[in-house]
Amino acid sequence: MHRPLDWKDIGQLCDIPVQGARRVEHPAGRIAVFRTIDDQVFALRDECPHKKGPLSEGIVHGHAVTCPLHNWVIDLATGEATGPDEGCTGHIPVRVEGERVLLGLAG
Amino acid sequence: MTTNHSSPPDGTHKPRLVVIGNGMAGIRAVEELLDRAPGLYQISVFGAEPRVNYNRIMLSPLLSGEKTFDQIVINDRDWYTANGITLHAGDAVETIDRQRQVVITKSGLECPYDRLLIATGSMPIVIPIPGARLPGVVTFRDVDDVDAMLIASAKGGHAVVIGGGLLGLEAAVGLKARGMDVTVLHLAGHLMERQLDASAGHLLAKELERRGLTVLTGADTAAILGDSHVTGVALKDGTELPADLVVMAVGIRPDTRLAAAAGLEVGRGIMVDDHMVTSDPAIMAVGECVQHRGSCYGLVQPLFDMAKVLADHLAGRKGAGYAGSVTSTKLKVTGVDVFSAGDFSGGPGTEDIVFRDAGRGIYKRIVLEEGRVKGAVLYGDTGDGGWYFQLLKAGEDVSPLRDTLIFGQGFAPSEGGAANPTAAVAALPDTAEICGCNGVCKGTIVKAINEKGLTTLDAVKACTKASASCGSCTGLVEGLLTHTLGGDYQAAGVKPMCKCTDHDHDSVRRLIRVQGLKSIPDVMQALEWKTPDGCHSCRPALNYYLLASWPGEYVDHAASRFVNERVHANIQKDGTYSVVPRMWGGLTNANELRAIADVVEKFDIPTVKVTGGQRIDLLGIKKDDLPAVWADLNAAGMVSGHAYGKSLRTVKTCVGSDWCRFGTQKSLEVGVNLERMTWGSWTPHKFKMAVSGCPRNCAEATIKDFGVIATDGGFDLLVGGNGGIKLRGTDLLVKVTTEEEVQEYCAAFMQLYREEAHYLERTAPWIERVGLDFVKARVVDDAENRRALHDRFLASQRHAQVDPWAERAPGTAAAARDFRTLATVE
Ligand SMILES: Cc1cc2nc3c(=O)[nH]c(=O)nc-3n(C[C@H](O)[C@H](O)[C@H](O)COP(=O)(O)OP(=O)(O)OC[C@H]3O[C@@H](n4cnc5c(N)ncnc54)[C@H](O)[C@@H]3O)c2cc1C
Ligand code: HEM
Ligand code: SF4
Ligand code: SF4
Ligand code: FES
Repeated sequence: MHRPLDWKDIGQLCDIPVQGARRVEHPAGRIAVFRTIDDQVFALRDECPHKKGPLSEGIVHGHAVTCPLHNWVIDLATGEATGPDEGCTGHIPVRVEGERVLLGLAG
Repeated sequence: MTTNHSSPPDGTHKPRLVVIGNGMAGIRAVEELLDRAPGLYQISVFGAEPRVNYNRIMLSPLLSGEKTFDQIVINDRDWYTANGITLHAGDAVETIDRQRQVVITKSGLECPYDRLLIATGSMPIVIPIPGARLPGVVTFRDVDDVDAMLIASAKGGHAVVIGGGLLGLEAAVGLKARGMDVTVLHLAGHLMERQLDASAGHLLAKELERRGLTVLTGADTAAILGDSHVTGVALKDGTELPADLVVMAVGIRPDTRLAAAAGLEVGRGIMVDDHMVTSDPAIMAVGECVQHRGSCYGLVQPLFDMAKVLADHLAGRKGAGYAGSVTSTKLKVTGVDVFSAGDFSGGPGTEDIVFRDAGRGIYKRIVLEEGRVKGAVLYGDTGDGGWYFQLLKAGEDVSPLRDTLIFGQGFAPSEGGAANPTAAVAALPDTAEICGCNGVCKGTIVKAINEKGLTTLDAVKACTKASASCGSCTGLVEGLLTHTLGGDYQAAGVKPMCKCTDHDHDSVRRLIRVQGLKSIPDVMQALEWKTPDGCHSCRPALNYYLLASWPGEYVDHAASRFVNERVHANIQKDGTYSVVPRMWGGLTNANELRAIADVVEKFDIPTVKVTGGQRIDLLGIKKDDLPAVWADLNAAGMVSGHAYGKSLRTVKTCVGSDWCRFGTQKSLEVGVNLERMTWGSWTPHKFKMAVSGCPRNCAEATIKDFGVIATDGGFDLLVGGNGGIKLRGTDLLVKVTTEEEVQEYCAAFMQLYREEAHYLERTAPWIERVGLDFVKARVVDDAENRRALHDRFLASQRHAQVDPWAERAPGTAAAARDFRTLATVE
């Protein structure tokens, strides 16, 4: 059964560096919240589908992040590995309201 | 509620139409109505502004002095009279009494209506910060605001414009034209972020700065300063700017006050249906004050569409109604061409086509989704904006145009014709300039190819000079070769840096210097990058090349660095970090060891290991703890060992003549001094050194980037060694006699490597590529050049030798933002 999303305020947009990321702790695992050059915000589980590298530490380019451990490139919108690599990490809905950033977590 | 709005006009008693708002949408609706059914209504217009209807869009040229008020009037008094319209200019409506169907004005006038049209536009948003209401703070909405700005600018001084959107920038440019010093403060990372992507926003900022404006992005205003009049603006980061005038242009809010007070249904704007009718069938609304199908608009084109629909309705015609608008934007600053339309945010399933022409300062980006145009951003050449906007609105599959789409309508294939980039070059006239640097046109190149039998890019360069300077027209020249020679032309094998560019490392390095490019966005524009912001392989390379080319001037771009260099520690496989403090030449003492021991206990560090680089590695540290660990190590006098960097790592030493019975020189001291000179320097790849006190070579100097082996007569200087996967022993560079020479050669060699090698190329493969003779010619044979290299190295070290740990001490903003978890949620 689908429960409605619970929108949690995690902070201000300006707390996240452009072309960078911040971490959010969640009981089900760490979440990486990214801000791209065009000021869009995305959230993924902070675990690379390859060997669980912390995606929050990767280089953000376009709408993708490169894992710091072995350079897999992960699509920020879907959490899927791009190019020849295969794998997917969970993605979390994000809403930006004014300056606030909210994550849509399962209620 | 009963109204007589449906009673047919009978000629004796015309129904009364009252319009609130003498602005662009309200009067356009009246004009459209008069076109359809002249004389159908008895019309009264109330305007809060004490003047006739004018073109609000033209307030910007009014401010800059390019137009006068008379030139921006749309309808003068005669027009109102001729059409039997009663104008109450300067008398704002204060109440709508829906029971009695009358409006009541500020002066107490009551005016009955059968139909009421609300066209009150919007109000500028004033951010609620201290000082927002001080004299000298203005918005930019009507002629009174422009007058206030003109009075202020007559005295000169400083103007601060808060908001780098369409309005703010037009105000800023206008005030600059009026002789003020203008600073634009913008909260987002780039200008006009709602209309432009980052690349175009960056170009725009550069252009405005070239015109003498100051643009601060990421600037969050905290307060406006002053007692009786504004004197300055304070930012949240503590910066204070002087100001004699502050223009707030941070956005607009639909003016729904009257409608809300009258009990009409209101959301962000006044709710209307597809025929612009509000929740009261006798009352309509049009313009910026309305909300239609969830959208509010802030540009005239949708308002004019609404005005037509409304006029149909008032004239009793059955129309299809209003279905919403797709809008496009242009900035009205003379000489700055900017266009955007639709959604250019990208995202899954979309595809970017990017075109940059550095010579002409052009940037174009088209976003496609499932073969359809979804958005467009044009900078510098907006001639095809209308065409892209058409394609966008039509929503047709543009796949057949795909290859030449970005060149514009002129290159679109004709019916049945094939589209390809070569055809686009072919379509250029012979007089078209291909190489801007050397002024070579297409005809000259084609003639040379044909008459001289040229078949390669290099031959064309040598013969015509085309593409011989900045190289940004290389693609066009290659297109001409393909076009002229057909299948006989094979593009030469330059290896591009990465898929974002056609340039190789060498040409990028050269062009950064030749063209004076000083930031990553500058390089990407000038060298026509094919992606909006590069990738994980070109961005760190560009960051290094810029750092090496412009020491002290270039500001390091953290987001373009690999995590280790960003957080000054080495990431481990479990996401924890290792920290390696510097131990000069491998030398340590009780004080340092005690501090390390204390840190290990205090932070519960699981592994402590002596590295192959003669120092101590603390492994398994949590990211949040890093600043505190550094602070403790700093307090004991230790600095970062850069064990994480493409930079100087370690200088291994042996004890040499201080203790060893074989020692010939003070290898320890030589090593420590080398490390003191070179620490903190950034290099294309990691750089390791060693100094051995005799040819027994206990410090393993023969597998280092720069090795020193002491002999009875002096020192052997060795270069290009490498352990690692591909073992390479060093080459002998030169034999010297004094320690001063060791230092001079070391600095010169490092600097040559810093200036010449490709990013991520160790000294070993670099020397194999360029040859030892190349290095010797510059560092050994040419003493003057050696000293120049040495001096450049030391000059750059003045900016590089800053301990990154101390910069991020706990409690600093940098420490919080770069290391702390943002939030914890349940
Ligand atoms: C400086 C500037 C530059 C612009 N440039 C562009 C551009 O390049 N392209 C573009 O498409 N758009 C541009 N716009 C936006 C465009 O001008 C507006 O979208 C348009 O004017 C909105 O029309 P409107 O009739 O809804 O509101 P307005 O034109 O603002 O008209 C509303 C009128 O109602 C009056 N009013 C409000 N309340 C009352 C009341 N209670 N009683 C009586 N009267 C009242 C107001 O005084 C005002 O005169 C620009 C706007 C500005 C300010
Ligand atoms: C691609 C190749 C290499 C990788 C990925 C690599 C990785 C690493 C890492 C991650 C560390 C740091 C450990 C830590 O402190 O967290 C390290 C340290 C070290 N590596 Fe390598 N290494 C490579 C090549 C080499 C080579 C070629 C050599 C020597 C010939 C070498 C010698 C060392 C030494 C001596 C240290 C200790 C560093 C110090 O004291 O600063 N490594 N290496
Ligand atoms: S290299 Fe020579 S001087 Fe140095 S420790 Fe070894 S034997 Fe002694
Ligand atoms: S040798 Fe291999 S496993 Fe050991 S530190 Fe170097 S890269 Fe890691
Ligand atoms: S863990 Fe991310 S690429 Fe290996």
